[in-house]
Amino acid sequence: MNDVLLNFPWFILFVPLVSALVITFFTKRNRGLSAGISIGAIVISFILSLILFVATGTDTVTSPKLSMDWLSVGNFIVDFGITIDPLSKLMLLIVTGVGSAIHIYSWGYMHEDRAVSRYFASLSLFTFSMLGIVLSNNFLQMFIFWELVGVSSYLLIGFWYERPPAADAAKKAFITNRLGDFGFLLGIIMVWSLLGSLNFTVLQEVIVNNPAALGGLATVVGLLLFCGAVGKSAQFPLHVWLPDAMEGPTPVSALIHAATMVAAGVYMLCRVYFLLNLSDSFALEVIGWVGGLTALLAALIAVQQNDIKRILAYSTLSQLGLMVMAVGAHQPVAGMFHLTTHAFFKALLFLGAGSVIHALHHEQDIWKMGGLKKKMPVTFWTFLIGTLALSGVPPFSGFYSKDFVLSAAYDANIGLFVIGVIVSVLTTFYMFRLFFVAFLGHPKSESAEHAHESPKVMTVPLQFLTVLSVVGGLIGVNHYVAKAKVFPGSEHHFPWYAEFIAPIVHAPVAALFGIFAVVVGFTVAYKFYAGAQRDPLPGKLGALSRAMRGRFYFDEIYSALIFMTHEAVAKLADAIDRWIIAGLLVRGTHGTTELFGRALRLVQTGNLQTYAFLIVAGVAVVLFYVLFR
Amino acid sequence: MNVGLEHYLIVSTILFCLGLWGVIVRRNLLIIYMSLELMLNAANLALVAFSRYNNKMDGQVIVFFIITVAAAEVAVGLALIVALYRKKQSAHVEDLTTMKL
Amino acid sequence: MSAADIFFYILAFLTVACGVMVVANPFSRNPVTSAMFLVLTIVFMAGLFILLNAFFLAAVQILVYAGAVIVLFLFVIMLLDLKEEERRKVKTIGAGLGTIAVGAIAFLIGRSILSYAKTLPPTELTLQGSTVALGRKLFTDYVLPFEILSLLLLVAMVGVILLSKKDLK
Repeated sequence: MNDVLLNFPWFILFVPLVSALVITFFTKRNRGLSAGISIGAIVISFILSLILFVATGTDTVTSPKLSMDWLSVGNFIVDFGITIDPLSKLMLLIVTGVGSAIHIYSWGYMHEDRAVSRYFASLSLFTFSMLGIVLSNNFLQMFIFWELVGVSSYLLIGFWYERPPAADAAKKAFITNRLGDFGFLLGIIMVWSLLGSLNFTVLQEVIVNNPAALGGLATVVGLLLFCGAVGKSAQFPLHVWLPDAMEGPTPVSALIHAATMVAAGVYMLCRVYFLLNLSDSFALEVIGWVGGLTALLAALIAVQQNDIKRILAYSTLSQLGLMVMAVGAHQPVAGMFHLTTHAFFKALLFLGAGSVIHALHHEQDIWKMGGLKKKMPVTFWTFLIGTLALSGVPPFSGFYSKDFVLSAAYDANIGLFVIGVIVSVLTTFYMFRLFFVAFLGHPKSESAEHAHESPKVMTVPLQFLTVLSVVGGLIGVNHYVAKAKVFPGSEHHFPWYAEFIAPIVHAPVAALFGIFAVVVGFTVAYKFYAGAQRDPLPGKLGALSRAMRGRFYFDEIYSALIFMTHEAVAKLADAIDRWIIAGLLVRGTHGTTELFGRALRLVQTGNLQTYAFLIVAGVAVVLFYVLFR
Repeated sequence: MNVGLEHYLIVSTILFCLGLWGVIVRRNLLIIYMSLELMLNAANLALVAFSRYNNKMDGQVIVFFIITVAAAEVAVGLALIVALYRKKQSAHVEDLTTMKL
Repeated sequence: MSAADIFFYILAFLTVACGVMVVANPFSRNPVTSAMFLVLTIVFMAGLFILLNAFFLAAVQILVYAGAVIVLFLFVIMLLDLKEEERRKVKTIGAGLGTIAVGAIAFLIGRSILSYAKTLPPTELTLQGSTVALGRKLFTDYVLPFEILSLLLLVAMVGVILLSKKDLK
């Protein structure tokens, strides 16, 4: 690998940052130029990533040029370095590739907004931070970029900060992430104190040489690190921020809250998989079940949402749950595979939804859409393919990755497998519900009747992502990722044509159940929603439907819990302040001082001769001591 | 019994303590002031005696200084007493209670 | 016992007796009486000074104290109208405590004097105490304090004039 190529990762990482800075400081007034700079930056990063990918293939590259001393305090030494292995290269391509499509789309979607420059600056900052996470070679660097991603996410969710729901959602996302990040930071500190390094390569060597290095704390460390993923990837119980984050602009939802940022948690779990997959650690079991629970809950909630973006948000949650479940089922490759295909089709779905919302003048209720097939053909077809891919219809990408996840669950735990199948059924169901209601039938509102296709700048990225969604399962992503050194064992390699039937050959049970789930979900959805004017489910399910619509009341429970905790803490603090600080310390001090003051005041008679007498008495005592002791 | 240093010092001590007693017990400012003079003179006597029995002139020089300072002190002190008396119509220490809060 | 020693005892007795009369006159509480006894104390002390070969100081003692200081006292006493002073009662508790404290100091000093005096070697008394010697000492070794003293007198003079002004600000 030559020296020029070694500089590429640095360029990939810093070009978006430069773009963000230039936009912020120089081109804020010029909307078109700002957008151009930002789009140009990410496209450059994408092209460089592609070259890097082609040039290095599946190699893991190490070089002193990829790392520099950053922080050195005693024996606490941290590099600022770059990891280049199949895992990070794959993520690079996803982030820059999907990111490029979304940046271009954004220009079409956002160009009427008055703060376009701020939007693109934030987007570039986000790209920089996300690439930082992907390329980090140590925990501290990753954590810093992790927080930066949180900041840029905050900026973008709250982009329309003059709208209170957006500002609230931004705060909610940021604070909820803080909870998870706190655990993550604790985990990092524990890793450092137990293993003495933060560098992933060094850590892996330590673990390989001494699998029991973490001792009895292995589970605790694993779960603390998982806390970070719980926050960032919106797993139960910190999942509440993601649906609210849909208050941001739709391209942001596609980029950050579907394709990339929320995948960072899964990526991080894969990156540190060697710390989780220890014989004396139960962390993976917990991770698997948390993922499964999240997937199931979110899928159930998605069934009864009416906001097109919220349906997709809960779908994202559900799919993230599946990825985490795959990692928990000892098959991180499956998690990464699903992450990749999900990034393609979920970004596609969000952008399609954005196209619809744009055409309908910011109408997001699916019951006010309908009849879009003729009016928006490109959006219609691409959205259909996205739906098929998400539902897992063969031979679209979702089928292969979901099958991989299901087979991993099947090997690990039959309970997780059952959850996976149920989630698949629900996924197909709610996606086709959305599709039938929003795109087919008759127009259900004024604006739906007058909708027309979005401009080219928006439809071309859709088509680009559609291609990826179709072939994403067949281009060997899973085999490529499996080459990463962080994963033990290796994959079998098939000729490309074998990929079509690989799932059925390899894991027939999982594949058949996957197809069965699609059929069931589609049939039920067709029965209920083809041509429906109103939602028939509330009448049939009653309270369950209301609970699903109310998102199982997590927000209400949390706010009540927080209210109660807050109240209790406040009461305690008040009591401490009132009785101990004010009562005992302040009044005690002042009381004691006053008491002494009053006592001493008796001595201060103001009478000269009393003073003289006291002086004489003092002199007598001193003399006695000096002369006779 | 031959008169030595200690005899003079004893006399000096007696005078000094008499003055001290006067300062503490008497309540007329003028008497207190006279007692102070007595104490100063007791110290003078001791210094002169030391000078004599050490064959050094320095003690006498210091006494000379003390007498001068005492003269100045008496002048200032008496002026203060007069000023106080003008204000309080009393030269009694018990009436001088401005030091008490 | 030499004549000087006899003179010492007589003068010492008279000095102490007059000192007692200054601070605790059993017959009169009039400050004028005290002032007159103070003059006597000072005169007898000047006698002691002569016994100690401090002739110049004896003269200064009489001139400054008896001549100037006591006259000043008497002036002030006349200036202040102190008739009612005599009626006040002595506070027995305060007086008792003061006496005890002063007695303790007297005892301590006296005891240390007596115990140290025994350890002193007998010395030959060679000091002539001439005024010339005192003057020479004063204007050579002690010339700086001497000059400073003149400054002190000036300051005291100014201070007294200021304090004696009618409306003190």
